[in-house]
Amino acid sequence: MPNAIETKNLTISYGDTLIINELDLKIPKGEITVFIGANGCGKSTLLRSIARLLKPNSGTVLLEGKSIAKLSTKEVAKKMAILPQSPSAPEGLTVMQLVKQGRYPYQSWLRQWSEEDEKKVNDALKATRLEELKERSVDSLSGGQRQRAWIAMTLAQDTDILLLDEPTTYLDLTHQIEILDLLFELNEQNKRTVIMVLHDLNLACRYAHNIVAIKDQKVYAQGKPEHVINCSLVKNVFDMDCEVTMDPLFGTPLCIPYGKGRCILSKVAAAHG
Amino acid sequence: MSRYRNFRLFKGKLSLLADRKAALICLILFVITFAVFVISTGSGEMKIDPLTVVKVLFGAGPEMETLVIHSFRLPRIIVALMVGISLAVAGGILQGMIRNPLASPDVLGITGGAAVCVVGFLSLFSDKNHSLTVSIAWLPLAAFIGACAVGLLVYLLAWKNGVSPIRLVLIGIGISALMQALTTLLMVTGPVYQASQANIWLTGTVYGSNWKNVSILVPWAVIFFIIAIAAAKLLNLQELGDDVATGLGDKVQKHRFLLLILSTALIGISVAFAGAIGFVGLMAPHMARRLVGSSFGALLPASALIGGILVMLADLVGRTLFSPLEVPAGVFNAGIGAPYFIYLLFKTRNA
Repeated sequence: MPNAIETKNLTISYGDTLIINELDLKIPKGEITVFIGANGCGKSTLLRSIARLLKPNSGTVLLEGKSIAKLSTKEVAKKMAILPQSPSAPEGLTVMQLVKQGRYPYQSWLRQWSEEDEKKVNDALKATRLEELKERSVDSLSGGQRQRAWIAMTLAQDTDILLLDEPTTYLDLTHQIEILDLLFELNEQNKRTVIMVLHDLNLACRYAHNIVAIKDQKVYAQGKPEHVINCSLVKNVFDMDCEVTMDPLFGTPLCIPYGKGRCILSKVAAAHG
Repeated sequence: MSRYRNFRLFKGKLSLLADRKAALICLILFVITFAVFVISTGSGEMKIDPLTVVKVLFGAGPEMETLVIHSFRLPRIIVALMVGISLAVAGGILQGMIRNPLASPDVLGITGGAAVCVVGFLSLFSDKNHSLTVSIAWLPLAAFIGACAVGLLVYLLAWKNGVSPIRLVLIGIGISALMQALTTLLMVTGPVYQASQANIWLTGTVYGSNWKNVSILVPWAVIFFIIAIAAAKLLNLQELGDDVATGLGDKVQKHRFLLLILSTALIGISVAFAGAIGFVGLMAPHMARRLVGSSFGALLPASALIGGILVMLADLVGRTLFSPLEVPAGVFNAGIGAPYFIYLLFKTRNA
């Protein structure tokens, strides 16, 4: 399968601190890829660098085989959309006005609202089920609705590749599932390549076709969750002891951490005789 | 009825989406602006009823009224209107660019830069008898140069792998304080006559405007206003933050620089002809946001009209309330502006 994104020899540092070191990575087209790793391991930095929000110190990012540094930024925006971590909309901006911004790469000074623009914006509102809320201001929405509005903006951008930096942060479990289901549908129906950073390892295993674990400025492991997620990976990447078992609903890996807590196993066993 | 209306002309080569509600509000504001213009033109020592004013404006009024309106009132009212428009649009641009409702021409030190240049001009070109050695007509140029120089200085000092809004504000506040200190220093060390002249300028007034001022100010204000409307799209993106704007394919840094130049130019032409009228650039865009929302295509025209109304009203009150004494328009703008600023601070304290 061809690669949507490829990085070659990518090195990124903040000041003197090396974040990513000579990283070579291939991200397959049409799949959901999730970056995992401990806090501060550079997974968000890597995603931002792929999205050209951050200039690497050296190395290149290839978008469908072409270096993004050589493509015009509008050309890149037609192929790849990015939703940064906790974006904020100005006070009073309506959902419609926000989603409309996704059409920027296709517009010009004279052509500000083509039929194509209208169609793509309506499709995006429909896919995120925001049609009823389009006149509401973004700041008046609930956390989940607000995140859907931002995703709708990136959908209006009509790209094959969608990058999201921790799209479920600050959301309760219901809304985390809602957002991930939406992204899963987008991948299933339109074969969109979805690349995101997630904190929840178990949800990552459930939704990702491809996991990229990052550790010590390098890719520690990459592959299907069922192939790469095991006790030793979690120990090495997150420095945490755990058991890995099977998700009873989905069959994907489920990681159960050790640690302190109220252990009632003996009581449960006694109650069941 | 949908809130929006599509416009597609020339087989889709020209297309845009208009917000009906915002368009209606702008129309109402336009009518109010015109009404204030007419009322202001009719008020003063010699009262002229609105109908006669309109007749005079269309060149069909009685001779005496035409003379008074043409030679005394129109120039200053047109200057007030244009200055209000320019300052409000500049403030709107800065607030969008910096993503903060408290940003304004005063906060960034741009008006402060103009002030230093004006006071410097007055002291540098005064002789022993406290009279100017060069024509006062050069004063607007000095103000304009001061505004632009400081605008550029703030931008350069804020540069660090690009310019971030927060650095721009912090550097701006610092430079603004420095400019105030310099202005005070120049005024204290200069002659008394010059200090009182400078003081009137620093408060901001359209007193003494003439047709020559109008003929310089109007074309520039109109040109910069049109550019600002064309740049509304870029402001909408800037307001979403650097990351989102970059992701959408915007050249954020380049456009931020252009927007800063544009707002500096607007501030420059305003302070050149009306001095440092404060708070318009802060209040007008904020009120406009309340009325038409956050999309700059509607926000900039609405701000412009509100700004025009505010300065025309301040001038009207300033020259009629304590007649025959003239109170600079800037006094009244500060009178409403300062409480409004405190209200804004209070309201955003938790944001």
